[in-house]
Amino acid sequence: MITTLLINGEKKNVDASADTPLLWVLRDNLQLTGTKFGCGIAQCGACTVFINGQATRSCVIPISAVGEQEITTIEGLSSKVSVAVQRAWEELFVVQCGYCQSGQIMSAIALLKNNSTPNDRDIDNAMSGNICRCSTYVRIRAAIKFAARKIAREV
Amino acid sequence: MTNNVDISRRIFIQTSAITFAGLTLGIHLTACNNKSSKGVDVVTLENSLPIKANAFVKIGRDNRVTVIIKHVEMGQGSYTGLSTLVAEEMDADWGQIICETAPVNPQIYGNKLLGGTQQSGGSTAMAASFELMREAGAVARFMLVNAAADLWHVNANEIVVSNGVLSHRVGFKATFGELAQAAVKQHVPKTITLKDPKDFKLIGRNLPRKDIGKTNGTAVFTQDIQLPDMLTAVVAHPPLFGATLKKFDDKAARQVNGVVDVIAIPTGVAVIAHTFWQAKKGRDALRVDWDESEVLRQSSDEIMIEYLEQTKQPGLPAKVVGSTKDGFAKASKVIESHYQFPYLAHATMEPMNCVAQVYETSAHIWHGAQAPGTDRVNVARVLGMEEKNVSVTTVFAGGSFGRRSNSYSDFVVEAVRIAKAYPGRPIKLVWTREDDILAGQYRPMYAHRLKAGLDVEGNIVSWEHRIVGQSIMLSSAFSAYVQNNIDFTSIEGAVNPPYKFDNMTVELTNIEKSIPVLWWRSVGSSHAAYATETFMDELAFNASKDPIVFRQNQLGDDARYASVINLVLEKSDW
Repeated sequence: MITTLLINGEKKNVDASADTPLLWVLRDNLQLTGTKFGCGIAQCGACTVFINGQATRSCVIPISAVGEQEITTIEGLSSKVSVAVQRAWEELFVVQCGYCQSGQIMSAIALLKNNSTPNDRDIDNAMSGNICRCSTYVRIRAAIKFAARKIAREV
Repeated sequence: MTNNVDISRRIFIQTSAITFAGLTLGIHLTACNNKSSKGVDVVTLENSLPIKANAFVKIGRDNRVTVIIKHVEMGQGSYTGLSTLVAEEMDADWGQIICETAPVNPQIYGNKLLGGTQQSGGSTAMAASFELMREAGAVARFMLVNAAADLWHVNANEIVVSNGVLSHRVGFKATFGELAQAAVKQHVPKTITLKDPKDFKLIGRNLPRKDIGKTNGTAVFTQDIQLPDMLTAVVAHPPLFGATLKKFDDKAARQVNGVVDVIAIPTGVAVIAHTFWQAKKGRDALRVDWDESEVLRQSSDEIMIEYLEQTKQPGLPAKVVGSTKDGFAKASKVIESHYQFPYLAHATMEPMNCVAQVYETSAHIWHGAQAPGTDRVNVARVLGMEEKNVSVTTVFAGGSFGRRSNSYSDFVVEAVRIAKAYPGRPIKLVWTREDDILAGQYRPMYAHRLKAGLDVEGNIVSWEHRIVGQSIMLSSAFSAYVQNNIDFTSIEGAVNPPYKFDNMTVELTNIEKSIPVLWWRSVGSSHAAYATETFMDELAFNASKDPIVFRQNQLGDDARYASVINLVLEKSDW
């Protein structure tokens, strides 16, 4: 069955059953493998993408429910906030194994778009659905604040 | 102070430059690190085998320096760490360094701290590579310098190397890339001088990471490998430890769109499809009967009760110092405590997976291999092939913590067994999170019982530590390394405390269970040192002493432990 999706600004036709989670269409049909499979039940956050700007777990949303809403994956990031978060991640050496970090970065961007000066509690609340088994949480917090300062200076 | 390194010509070979369109340097070292009379570090190289075509450093005409990384990058920083060593001695520009993972060849890429096997573990990557990788860089630099000296008709010692550029005061200048072809024709030095640590420019600095692509989705983990005609396999595994396949009905599974095949394998029933979701739906539609006659019918709670009961009995002597009996006789107070440690899953963020391509007489696997050498042995055995015909590409591991190194290569073997049914066709085996957690290979469950005697002044005069649990090593292919049934991975952290006890015993009881167990993070110390230190706190409390002072009074001869305690004091505002 052919479904048309709007991904990173482009219309894509994919041949997949309607119940296929968005995650697997991104990965297996479109080779957008930056979005990760960690649990398949929306418990780890590795599969986080934006749907109409909202951070969403792509592993549990079937493509039939996506329709032509705007999907943004880690590969499609370009906004000022996004780039600031990615740079902060690099400058503060956040990443260890890196497998969860696409999802962490997506959630961090979503947070900063809603709250330009998050405190520790805001960060913990916004990021609690993203698990990191290497335990990079302390650096994630620091990087989010670092990115927030950088964005504020540039405005 | 300099580091003089003798290099045997026999073991340092210029490998086929043609292969890489650039300079390739391969070295193999059997290095013994000796202190010379002057206190200088001297690395002696001996009795090593000639290598035909292997490498740690490649220099391309495009001026990129490729460092061959022999330790999997699983988040610990092996890409950045190992390439820093090479770049330092080459005087390369950090920006020109890229990394590539090593193929399987334990003779070159074996870990000297893990018996020469090719694996990453025990936090040994840097310790095992510090001289080796620096030497690889230093020799590359030497040959580039000599090539420049020939070309410019100047003395080699007048040439300066900085940030990947060689230059001479009269105005000559060349990049590594421009000199690569000429350098490969240079003689290989017999000795090389490594930098004095005070001259380090890169080592010790925070450099941009080399495991790039992890912030923009381009880094490639096993899960991300895409190959032409690749199929994805999902396996229905036994639901309980010890269950085996009785029969299965795959009619409905085969009707799922995209399902290509359903095959029985020793570890369950594999559903093969074009995509993961198709394979997963196929598995959901399978009807499988399991033979559960050999299943372990015991809950975690029941196992713990059994273990705790066992701690009341003496075990095998793992360590005996003085006489605990005499010690307890002198004690004015005897304290006893027990500690319970559950089975723990590694639960890496990337569940286990492997890509395999099996031909009639050869096979190739791709995964985040912590022990590619072991994987090769197991794959060759299972497929009835010669080891030399099995190759491994190591990619980034989405966490490992010991999981991707086990003596039977569980998920790797499963992948090749499936791929064998489709000769020449790449198969990606994907374990779901549930598969990953239910597969076992846990840090074993343990019960600890500790008993200590305190004298009137609150000093420890007797220490008894009993450990009960499954042995990781005895249940693995490495059981032959265990002497007298004392598995060091069960007792480390208990037999080697930082403290000096005049009377001490550590006893171990190994229990056999059908639950697969494996090393996890710091292995034995994760439970044994934890129990030791927690009990120290309980003793300090009972002796009415400050826990820091209590520990300081009890410290042994190793000054590093005293430093650690002092640092904790300083940092914690105790």
